[in-house]
Amino acid sequence: MRRKSIVAVFFCFTVLLLFPSITVQAENNMYTYTYDYWGVERESPDAYEAERLVTGDDLSIGDFKDPQGMFVKDNRIYICDTGNNRIVILEKVNDEITLIDQFSEFTGDTAVNTFSGPQDIYVTDSGDMYICDTNNQRVVQLSSDKKFIKAMVRPVDETVDQKSDFLPLKVVADKSGRIIVLVKNYNKGFVEYKNNGDFAGFIGANEVKFNMTDYIWKMISTKAQRAQMKQFVPTEYNNLSLDQDGFIYCTTSVFKENELKSDKAKPIRKLNAMGTDILIKNGFYPPIGDVWWGSAGGVSGTSKLIDVTAMDNDTYYALDRTRGRIFGYDSQGNLIYAFGSLGNKLGYYQFPTALDHMGNDLLVLDSKFAGITVLTLTPYGELINKALAEYKKGNYDQSAQYWEQVIMQNGNDDMAYIGIGRSLLRQGEYKKAMEYFKLKYDDDNYSKAFQLYRKQWIEKNIGWIMTIFFGLIIIPSLVGFIKKIKREVDEA
Amino acid sequence: MKIATYVNKQNVIHIGKTLRYSLYVITHPLDGFWDLTHEKRGSIAAANIIIFMALLTTVYKLQFTSFLFNKIIWEYEKVTIDILGFIMPIMLGCIANWALTTLFDGKGTMKQIYMAIGYALTPYVIIQLPMIFISNLMTVEEGAFYYYINTFSELWCGLLIISAVMMIHDYSLGKTLLTIIATIAGMILIVFILLLFFSLVTDAFAYFISLYKEIAFRFY
Repeated sequence: MRRKSIVAVFFCFTVLLLFPSITVQAENNMYTYTYDYWGVERESPDAYEAERLVTGDDLSIGDFKDPQGMFVKDNRIYICDTGNNRIVILEKVNDEITLIDQFSEFTGDTAVNTFSGPQDIYVTDSGDMYICDTNNQRVVQLSSDKKFIKAMVRPVDETVDQKSDFLPLKVVADKSGRIIVLVKNYNKGFVEYKNNGDFAGFIGANEVKFNMTDYIWKMISTKAQRAQMKQFVPTEYNNLSLDQDGFIYCTTSVFKENELKSDKAKPIRKLNAMGTDILIKNGFYPPIGDVWWGSAGGVSGTSKLIDVTAMDNDTYYALDRTRGRIFGYDSQGNLIYAFGSLGNKLGYYQFPTALDHMGNDLLVLDSKFAGITVLTLTPYGELINKALAEYKKGNYDQSAQYWEQVIMQNGNDDMAYIGIGRSLLRQGEYKKAMEYFKLKYDDDNYSKAFQLYRKQWIEKNIGWIMTIFFGLIIIPSLVGFIKKIKREVDEA
Repeated sequence: MKIATYVNKQNVIHIGKTLRYSLYVITHPLDGFWDLTHEKRGSIAAANIIIFMALLTTVYKLQFTSFLFNKIIWEYEKVTIDILGFIMPIMLGCIANWALTTLFDGKGTMKQIYMAIGYALTPYVIIQLPMIFISNLMTVEEGAFYYYINTFSELWCGLLIISAVMMIHDYSLGKTLLTIIATIAGMILIVFILLLFFSLVTDAFAYFISLYKEIAFRFY
């Protein structure tokens, strides 16, 4: 008996050994993806493709050294070659990127005629250049022929500590000549200058929110404890750019991880002239970059969005330094697609610092590669752009036709289904529209379609409904009434 | 032959009668639950039917409720988990409640507790089952009604369970509430002990398997 059981146990083990446990891993090397309703990554065809990498060596001007800032105006690319204290101007003509100019000096009436660690550059329509001459603690304005016009320095204001360093990091200037500067360690928002270079004030400071738990803690703690508590520090931004209408798109990476999905962190903001955030967020998730973040390959944590660029069609792209990804959002805040990664191949980045666009191309400046990656739209990306553009113009049917083609290439594209649904809704095909919306869990649009469908159905079938209503309620009660009368008559 | 005797007319009439009594119970909970056990106006068969209907409601709710109010990732959906998630709390609740109340001079038997819980689920069935159909006629703006009515049915069930425990065991209200809290703690304790048992058993198995593997690697 005992021997039998031992044999049985060994038999079990041999059987177990016959089926070794194999860990099956899906190869997860997709370049472009989107998030669906559940926040699950869905593979997508490439919308942007890396076309080339432009380095300083290619242009025979010596490699860039730790370049931090890039600006694109029409077909010109302006690069702040921070480590070499110079500005490089490139031009793209007929698919060739050529050197126009490079300079590290300028003429004019100022004490220092060179740059020291320039971090960012902005160029106006008239060709004036605004350069964050960071280590010289100023923002200089140069004319297109490199003549000094004026410099913006530390604001003389009681809210500004006069002993602290004034380190401008990013600059933009709007059409009215207003200059907006992001300064390191300034947490009241952006510094704004009038067009004559005078300090005008701060813009875009984070509103201080009332926090009940903090308040209670402060009530019960002693003075010494209160002094040790972390002071509330409003958001510091890390980049800004202007869109075609003069709104400021800016990014921040100072927030708590758990505030992201509840949309309290707001890593991307669109500020109006008053400095209030007016970014539209109708997507399944707010524009926060990655919706899920793991800790694979030595990379962990949330997306750290460090630059944003708004295209002419009101879509905007944000650059994530954590994983070297670019996230594209449409004007409604839907994620169109995300692509890119860290790595050493073309189209992958080491330490991206700036993102800008030239027409539909995207340019990414990488300070470790010391080069610019040029990404161009693929036919798939063009289709999406066309569909969005037609939708914006109000040509919903035309837009749906493009979406139809997008679905052929990517059955996971939520926006395509919803776009087709909208077009069907406008055509009055409510039932079909409902199907499309249902597939992608678009509650609001589904409800809209369903409401119309319900109304239509009732109008069509009102005859039957009333007949059944009469049949079930009125007739039995009528019969009962007649019977009652009959009985009364009989009794009488 | 056997089935025929079981499904005799008398039985069916009795089940029908006791089932219909559930409608009286839910509208007159105190009186109803008292008579349910003390006057023998309820039956286990009826309780079984109600619990089975409630189970069907839970499963149908997943499948047929409008997606506006019912978001499910179908790839990860396991209906067995949902069924167990419904049946297990009832079973655990019965056991934990019985185990506690026998110690604290409750009058009810296990059978009566089961029956009472079954009857207490009636509003869940009669409200949520039609709501599955009605939800498909609603838009997301009208969803407030859906949530309101469903919450109402759940609150109703909760009140019924409280009055059921009160009447079956002949407790005062304070003692009832205390017993219910203790029952929940007891359920958690049972689950904990079961988990402990299973994890110990798996650990024991894993030990012998790794022992075997170690020997096998040495010798081949």
